[in-house]
Amino acid sequence: MRHLLSTSELSRDAAIDLLDISEDMAAVADRENKKLPTLRGKTVVNLFFEDSTRTRISFEAAAKRLSADVINFSAKGSSVSKGESLKDTAQTLSAMGADAVVIRHGASGAPAVLAASGWIDAGIINAGDGTHEHPTQALLDAFTMRRRLHGAGSRGKGLDGVSVTIVGDIVHSRVARSNVWLLKTLGAEVRLVAPATLLPVAVHTWPVTVDYDLDHALGESAPDVIMMLRIQQERMNQAFFPNPREYSNVWGLSNARWIGLPATTLVMHPGPMNRGLEISSAAADSPQSTILEQVANGVSVRMATLYTVLTGNREVHA
Amino acid sequence: MSAPRFLIRGAQIGSGSATDILTQGNVIAAIGSGLDSAGAEIIDAHGLIALPGLVDLHTHLREPGYEQSETVLSGTQAAAIGGFTSVFAMANTNPVADTAGVVEQVLALGEAAGYATVRPIGAVTQGLEGMHLAELGAMASSRAQVRVFSDDGKCVSDPLLMRRALEYVKSFNGVIAQHAQEPRLTEDAQMSEGEVSARLGLAGWPAVAEEAIIARDVLLAEHVKSRLHVCHLSTAGSVEVIRWAKARGINVTAEVTPHHLLLSEDRAETYDARFKVNPPLRRREDVLALREALADGTIDIVATDHAPHPSESKECEWGAAAFGMIGLESALSVVQESMVETGLFTWDDVARVLSITPARIGGLASHGQMLAVGAPAEITLVDPHDRQVFTTDRLAGQSHNSPYLGIDLPGRVMWTIHQGYATVAGAKLIATDIIAAQAEEVRRG
Repeated sequence: MRHLLSTSELSRDAAIDLLDISEDMAAVADRENKKLPTLRGKTVVNLFFEDSTRTRISFEAAAKRLSADVINFSAKGSSVSKGESLKDTAQTLSAMGADAVVIRHGASGAPAVLAASGWIDAGIINAGDGTHEHPTQALLDAFTMRRRLHGAGSRGKGLDGVSVTIVGDIVHSRVARSNVWLLKTLGAEVRLVAPATLLPVAVHTWPVTVDYDLDHALGESAPDVIMMLRIQQERMNQAFFPNPREYSNVWGLSNARWIGLPATTLVMHPGPMNRGLEISSAAADSPQSTILEQVANGVSVRMATLYTVLTGNREVHA
Repeated sequence: MSAPRFLIRGAQIGSGSATDILTQGNVIAAIGSGLDSAGAEIIDAHGLIALPGLVDLHTHLREPGYEQSETVLSGTQAAAIGGFTSVFAMANTNPVADTAGVVEQVLALGEAAGYATVRPIGAVTQGLEGMHLAELGAMASSRAQVRVFSDDGKCVSDPLLMRRALEYVKSFNGVIAQHAQEPRLTEDAQMSEGEVSARLGLAGWPAVAEEAIIARDVLLAEHVKSRLHVCHLSTAGSVEVIRWAKARGINVTAEVTPHHLLLSEDRAETYDARFKVNPPLRRREDVLALREALADGTIDIVATDHAPHPSESKECEWGAAAFGMIGLESALSVVQESMVETGLFTWDDVARVLSITPARIGGLASHGQMLAVGAPAEITLVDPHDRQVFTTDRLAGQSHNSPYLGIDLPGRVMWTIHQGYATVAGAKLIATDIIAAQAEEVRRG
């Protein structure tokens, strides 16, 4: 795997390989010495055009556990307002000898542009681009589901037949897109629940079922996993929904809705959460909640991604 | 009486049979087989097709104000190499072409360059801001004799202002060329809204934002009995609206760009910003509907929307890139590929949509006449049998933001004759100083 730009380019075998390597990496975290020498001498650049402390420190921890040298390059603001173009930034990093670039950018497709440009020879890892994708988030979500559902017997398995309901601002969500493609590849059944304003008009072309009504969706059959997405309150100013209260009443995972779910339904959230808006505290802090595991698993999945991109592991076919 | 200039031997005029064409001064003096050269320069045109010099109703020459992208000189050189002998220059320069002074300046720059007749388009509203009418009358009565008015790049979205503009230009037989884009429905829009935009996470530009404005405008044109021209149709729905309006007798004409006849939205999948354009590339179904509409006359003309940008405006992330692609140098090849090679068009049809009708819409009497004795010597000779990968070698303008680089395209303009002199000979551009001198000579008479 030369780059990781989108989960849509991962075959089932490649995705399962990545999740299995993540298991190996997670095992390292349980050892007294958490550090592996694997990427000694390699340079990983965290190129963040948007603030995201969580994702950046997760990648940083992952790279350091593999003994890579880490450079954090915060280029906040768009390339235009900052005055330096993506091209110049990439060529600068190339001149510094970056082996992998972990890029977070506000513009959809910026990692793909970097990977295709010829400006830099490094492996490119998409750490979230605009409203496009966030592949390592989807991988860590899948990893978390697989561990909860299959425990020690996770290796080699997909998520066949697992029902996953994703609720919230789908149209603006890179997490939702990456999850839809990856979950489909791994055999899960995905349902999206949101007001029509927060779904792409072409959502019927996606391999999912759609429901505008959360109570109806949960009433039909309780999902194995419910994933709540962060809602941005500014959206109400663009007429996506009337106000946070109405959103919360109709599409939030309230206490009442959470209590109605079976104890086996996993509650997920990519963070950061708006407690009381899209998710109640009781749901977020419940035993079914995987929210902190998602953070821990993020490091393992990112170690696996860096390892695969930087060592050109031939067993992983993108 | 001027001397014979060119004897074009064996060219096929449009869809007709091969013949000779003799030019004298800046007119066609004789047509027939076995003409006597009488001292004229002989052009061996066997196998070539002769078309009336091409006319582009929609070009961005960028001067004044954006000379890093294009100038009147470089843009008309691009025009010449593409077989165009006249271009209509859009008003979104800096300063905006919203006064007699600016349009006369652009006209004069075109005359001095000499590669093509440059007809300035005047802005509809001051500064393209959509608030107050520009001095349409002053531009119409200026030396530039502006007849086409457009805020292209922006839509005249205020319905009352659009109504007034349509009414006002009736006094000098003008036409409003509308860039149909409902602004609220396209805020931050990056590409056509649909399956591909949903997947790529790019904000969508819905077809309805174009169709709703066209529907409104044809009804306004009917109400005030004026003349409307719709720029760059991009959707199947827009075709239906125009078809309905024409059936109703509304005085409307419509254009399509070469790129909307060939390329579809899936080109955005690599986030290569050369394919970022406004209106955006649409679905394959739209491309096919536009071809059919051009073939059946619902769409009247092809116009390039040649939009040069410097490389830094395209070598970047999609969201930061400028909208637009160049098109003058490739237009004829793209029309051949999408319309002639598909059997939808004869070469007479090509002459109609790329020369005769655009000249008529723009009120340009000196161009767009069938090649006949007494017609102006505005002639394009194209080799339809040529087929090769389109490269930057084919570009003559200042910018390289062509979506066709690396794509196999048919046809090559071998000669372009403008005002009786060659601007392109053997597919090569004639030097700037020679053309300027020839143009000067024509002006002196």
